[in-house]
Amino acid sequence: MTMIFGIPLPALLGQLLIGFINGSFYALLSLGLAVIFGLLRVINFAHGAQYMLGAFAAYLLLVHTGLGFWPALIVAPLVVGAISAIIERTMLSRLYDLDHLYGLLFTFGLALIIEGTFRWYFGAAGQPYAGPALLAGGTNLGFMFLPNYRGFVVVASIVICLTVWLLIEKTRLGAYLRAATENPQLVQAFGVNVPLLLTLTYALGAGLAGLAGVLAAPIYQVSPLMGSNLIIIVFAVVVVGGMGSIGGAIVTGYVLGILEGLTKVFYPEASNIVVFVIMAVVLMLRPAGLFGKEI
Amino acid sequence: MRIDKTLLAATIVAGLTMPAAAQEISDDVVKIGILNDQSGVYADFGGKWSVAAAEMAVEDFGGTVLDKPIELINADHQNKPDIASNIAREWYDTQQVDAIMELTTSSVALAVQGLSKEKGKIDIVTGAATTELTGKQCSPYGFHWAYDTHALAVGTGGALVKAGGDTWFFLTADYAFGYSLEEQTGNFVKENGGEVLGSVRHPLASNDFSSFLLQAQSSGAKVIGLANAGLDTANAIKQAAEFGIVQGGQKLAALLFTLAEVHGLGAESAQGLNLTEGWYWDQNDDNRKFGERFMEKTGRMPNMIQAGTYSAVLSYLKAVKAAGTDETKAVAAKLHELPVEDVFAKNGKVQENGRMVYDMYLFQVKKPDEMKGDWDYYNEVATVPGSDAFLSVENSGCDVSQYAK
Repeated sequence: MTMIFGIPLPALLGQLLIGFINGSFYALLSLGLAVIFGLLRVINFAHGAQYMLGAFAAYLLLVHTGLGFWPALIVAPLVVGAISAIIERTMLSRLYDLDHLYGLLFTFGLALIIEGTFRWYFGAAGQPYAGPALLAGGTNLGFMFLPNYRGFVVVASIVICLTVWLLIEKTRLGAYLRAATENPQLVQAFGVNVPLLLTLTYALGAGLAGLAGVLAAPIYQVSPLMGSNLIIIVFAVVVVGGMGSIGGAIVTGYVLGILEGLTKVFYPEASNIVVFVIMAVVLMLRPAGLFGKEI
Repeated sequence: MRIDKTLLAATIVAGLTMPAAAQEISDDVVKIGILNDQSGVYADFGGKWSVAAAEMAVEDFGGTVLDKPIELINADHQNKPDIASNIAREWYDTQQVDAIMELTTSSVALAVQGLSKEKGKIDIVTGAATTELTGKQCSPYGFHWAYDTHALAVGTGGALVKAGGDTWFFLTADYAFGYSLEEQTGNFVKENGGEVLGSVRHPLASNDFSSFLLQAQSSGAKVIGLANAGLDTANAIKQAAEFGIVQGGQKLAALLFTLAEVHGLGAESAQGLNLTEGWYWDQNDDNRKFGERFMEKTGRMPNMIQAGTYSAVLSYLKAVKAAGTDETKAVAAKLHELPVEDVFAKNGKVQENGRMVYDMYLFQVKKPDEMKGDWDYYNEVATVPGSDAFLSVENSGCDVSQYAK
């Protein structure tokens, strides 16, 4: 059997694929963060809570209305987006004129409140959520057994990431958004409703987190802690990619997922810090991140 | 003048005895601290539910001991030994806490037991698993209730070895508890003619286990031992099903898994799992009565950690009453001496190293269609006699000769 660094090749390929799957979640989550930071200049610490809300929305839809995975994939992100729009309109928008730190503290506090509330009602051990029957089972790829659902997550994540990137970089709406960030007064003078645009952007970013939450629900326990376990890594991904760089966040998400996967083979104990080591190195060599523009 | 003298004598006698009576209970209150994880991966394993169980014990004891009030305080140690030590130190030094209990997470329990020994205070561990607590790091004032890694290895490990699982691969939580559980289960497997093919250590609170599971899968071991706990075990089991590990013929051994995690995971994913617990609500009428009271108070059924905390608090109060004081040495002596007979341990006794020995049980999780109610999860498979489940004082590694008599 072919060996690479003492690891059989098929095992290594399997681990690369697993890393890519985890990278899909990092990419989806860091995409939402990058959109919010890039366009609103808000460091959204509530992102993990919004991800958790997405998963719980799917769970509650199933329990109380019987809506399964596929409808939840549409409804749950809309619910999370709507809740987040209300939060943005009533509270967060008041902080835009202040230092970034206030937005960070506000969203951080918000995340603690949301997570604490859910922990009180649902406990920490989490709730089970069954994946769609259509994607049950798996496919034997020769080097590994790939659960169909995980394959779906990879495809879904790539499609969503590309769509959002195109939306912001290539469409007229995206152009308005980017212009509104550069010079809100001027864009408003042209008759564009800038506050509405900002609300929609925040709702979009939060909705993406909610969508990632629904995708995660069948894989991980739907638990109030699921977001806080992930959010710090996702922040590191965004920093490595370059704060506000949407393409950078997506690419870095996948790459770090793969690197983390490899660490789990060669030195598992370090798997939860490898992302931060990379972040530290990148910050020393390129303070604006791999894809960020020097300020 | 005669009368005056008698009066005087009476006054002096009264004056002497009054403060003496007050000294029986220090600070006029018996204060018990429940220190555990209330917000992290083990928040359902013990958490605020253990606090509720402790409250029930105080209630059942009557709220006072030797005519002094019993007070409970609790705190969240966040699974960090340094935070736990700081809280424990503050409780002992400035809050007049007499004993600390529960102490989920082995690293925390070892730290707090070390501190308690140094301060000459009693600690009763229910939530942590490592046998070190009554082994090399034992304390004359330290007690271990509920379960330990040895009992889990003998119970769950033993059942799977007997069923033909003679090759093992471990997924181990990367801290004291995981090592201890892996080592003891591994030893047990080897003693019974089995083989350990390998292991992988994962950080506490890992989200994704697929990478580790893939390594376990390719090892070809018949049994994959999950030497972790709480949310980590639940996620590992859920993802193992996803990767077709169980369908592929490999068995999962959830070495530390309680009713709380089974409930969180759901019977669909948990069915067929073997697990070892010291207590289950549906074993007999006493247990059912206790379970229902607990249910009324908290909305859930207790597991062995929570029922064990009830027993620990109750036993401590009984010992204070029997000793007639809350002075550490006297209470510790009574705790060692008195049998433990309550709703939790029907026939328990405390060894010299602080280990409370009682019968444990091997359970199997029911299939969803066998369940008659919400919390009806277990079939009882076997009893693991206390003498098999727990290490004897000689084998524990605890040097009891150092204890001051």
